[in-house]
Amino acid sequence: MKQTISVLVENQAGVLNRITGLFSRRAFNIESLAVGVTDDPTISRITIIVDSGNSVVEQVEKQLNKLVEVIKVRTLEENNHIGRELMLLKVNANNKTRQDIMTICEIMGAKVNDISPTSLTLELSDTPDRLDTFQAMMRPFSILEVARTGVIAVQKGGGKI
Amino acid sequence: MNGAQALIESLLQEHVDHIFGYAGATICPAVDALKEHPEIGYTLVRTEQNAGHMASGYARVSGKTGVCMVTSGPGATNLITGIATAYMDSIPLVAITGQVPSHLLGRDIFQEVDITGAVAPFSKHSYLVKNANDIPRIVKEAFHIASTGRPGPVLIDIPIDVQNQELKRFVYPEEVNIRGYKPSVKGNELQIKRVAEAISRSKQPVICAGGGVWLSHARDELVELAERNSIPVIKTMMGLSVLPTDHPLNMGMIGAHGNRCANKALAKADLLIMVGTRAADRAVMDPGEIQRRMATIHIDVDPAEIGKNMQAAIPLVGDVKVILRQLLERDITPPDSAAWREQLREYRTAELSRVFPRREGYVFPGTLLRRLGDKLRDDAAVCVDVGQNQIFACKYLPQKHGRLLTSGGLGTMGYALPAAIGVKVAQPDRQTIVICGDGSFQMAMNELAAIRCAGMDIKIVLFRNHVLGLVNQIQNAAPYHGPFGVALDGSPDFETIASAYGIPSLVLSDEDALDETLDRFLDSRGSCLLICEVHPDVGTND
Repeated sequence: MKQTISVLVENQAGVLNRITGLFSRRAFNIESLAVGVTDDPTISRITIIVDSGNSVVEQVEKQLNKLVEVIKVRTLEENNHIGRELMLLKVNANNKTRQDIMTICEIMGAKVNDISPTSLTLELSDTPDRLDTFQAMMRPFSILEVARTGVIAVQKGGGKI
Repeated sequence: MNGAQALIESLLQEHVDHIFGYAGATICPAVDALKEHPEIGYTLVRTEQNAGHMASGYARVSGKTGVCMVTSGPGATNLITGIATAYMDSIPLVAITGQVPSHLLGRDIFQEVDITGAVAPFSKHSYLVKNANDIPRIVKEAFHIASTGRPGPVLIDIPIDVQNQELKRFVYPEEVNIRGYKPSVKGNELQIKRVAEAISRSKQPVICAGGGVWLSHARDELVELAERNSIPVIKTMMGLSVLPTDHPLNMGMIGAHGNRCANKALAKADLLIMVGTRAADRAVMDPGEIQRRMATIHIDVDPAEIGKNMQAAIPLVGDVKVILRQLLERDITPPDSAAWREQLREYRTAELSRVFPRREGYVFPGTLLRRLGDKLRDDAAVCVDVGQNQIFACKYLPQKHGRLLTSGGLGTMGYALPAAIGVKVAQPDRQTIVICGDGSFQMAMNELAAIRCAGMDIKIVLFRNHVLGLVNQIQNAAPYHGPFGVALDGSPDFETIASAYGIPSLVLSDEDALDETLDRFLDSRGSCLLICEVHPDVGTND
């Protein structure tokens, strides 16, 4: 089961290394990981997606808590958080295909960021599932490049970690 | 005041009175500052790994944090095994390493290595100091982190230019405030209540004491809880010696290499109270089975230990000493465990009065250890190495009110001799014994120099069987096909080695001479090496 772990850490060099080391040491696979500074410049938020059972995630949470630079750890509940991922996708496009691509973009809410006689660079921010769908829809046009950020997430409502 | 002086001044503020180290180019400023402070003792090791072990021995008997200081590159990498050994046994250490100049970091220059990166998996925390003004705060934090919660080694890596950098002002912080580090101390009252009820309800309770009992200085509390409620006590290797061997509630050590009685107690109990132990594989081979069979209580300061190897029915997180006191404050109705204790006592008596096998021209380790233990002073510290000698000592050496120190977690050969030196530095008057094999002795015998330098009185028992006994034993069983690479051919004459360091030796190969030789050995002035001839076929199950 995919689970989203949100971690607040000291914004310092070497912290990310310690956190990823903690996963690899136990042979836990990280599905995705996104880091960014929070509103407090001394604190970064790391959002980690793991595909593991509950006992594994519980142990990961405890091990993360043991790290001195980790301030808070929370596994976000399945239906009680908003998770979004950003994708930049460059696809082959010419006079014949451009309009079809634009239609799909319109349906999915993607934005055109760059255009050239032979390509389009598209931007979409959504749930990972919807990004997958969008990517699948683009495949027949021949995708040149894809870059995805990994999910970032916050709890729904007024709660915070 | 420069960074190096600030470092030494900070160590003084932490009441550090001894450093185990090995100098080198990048740590020279710190060593230079140390030279001005004769009130801090210094032991020059012969390889950096042993600085870690000495600091560990020192920490374990003194209750203070051990300090070691080495240079960058190979000095730091040699220390790694010492740090990992301390980590696995949760020993509070602060390791200080020199580092190449900050502006050259990452260029692979002479004696540069990313030591904070290298020790990350087995250190509690580490610092790479970038500004000398941070040194007082970092040292304060390092000692706090190393010694509180679940103790462990903390590394401070200081580039040489930072050691030479002038501080604006030296102010040693009064308090530590790390927002991500707040270890729990007190146990949850509701859980305490549940534990008390579970104890009262049980018929066949057993306490399993681990190294955490020592780390939180909770021996008295543990014994009181056991005695008041008549609960038999079994121990892991790290918890050994919390009870004297002849204590009626002491049922011995559990595990693959443990006492039969202790393993029976573990298998047949209806309530297992684990205190400061992680239930690792060598102690508890099948935690799942234990979990299915009996109610379990797990008391540990580290929340991550709860449910790591065993999912306890009642977890209780906090300092072992504080929690045991909380339990002692409750009115627990002692369980009716007379029949259970009686049954275990029978196993125990049979085990303790067992007659060991005897072979002409050799000494059986159990026979020697039983006599040795009886002759030791009440509070002797016995440092035990790794291999067959460790199993024998843990199984057969009678305990009084002293300490048995060994590398239980990592199983580092060559631990005993340097650890004993650390013990002696902390407590010069304490009777200190080393028990090792001819394999492990050769991993540490260069440290006889430290014994000689300080004129220490350490008695070393060496079991000589000319083979790496425990590996030999493993290789002689399925699925392997006989011994390879375990014969200790080419070993030196240990008497000559010892005498080269000015240490006398005795050789024992006849059990008839056992008592007389042991008396001479223990009564001799200064250090002494006792070489015991052990037959290479002797196994730990004999």
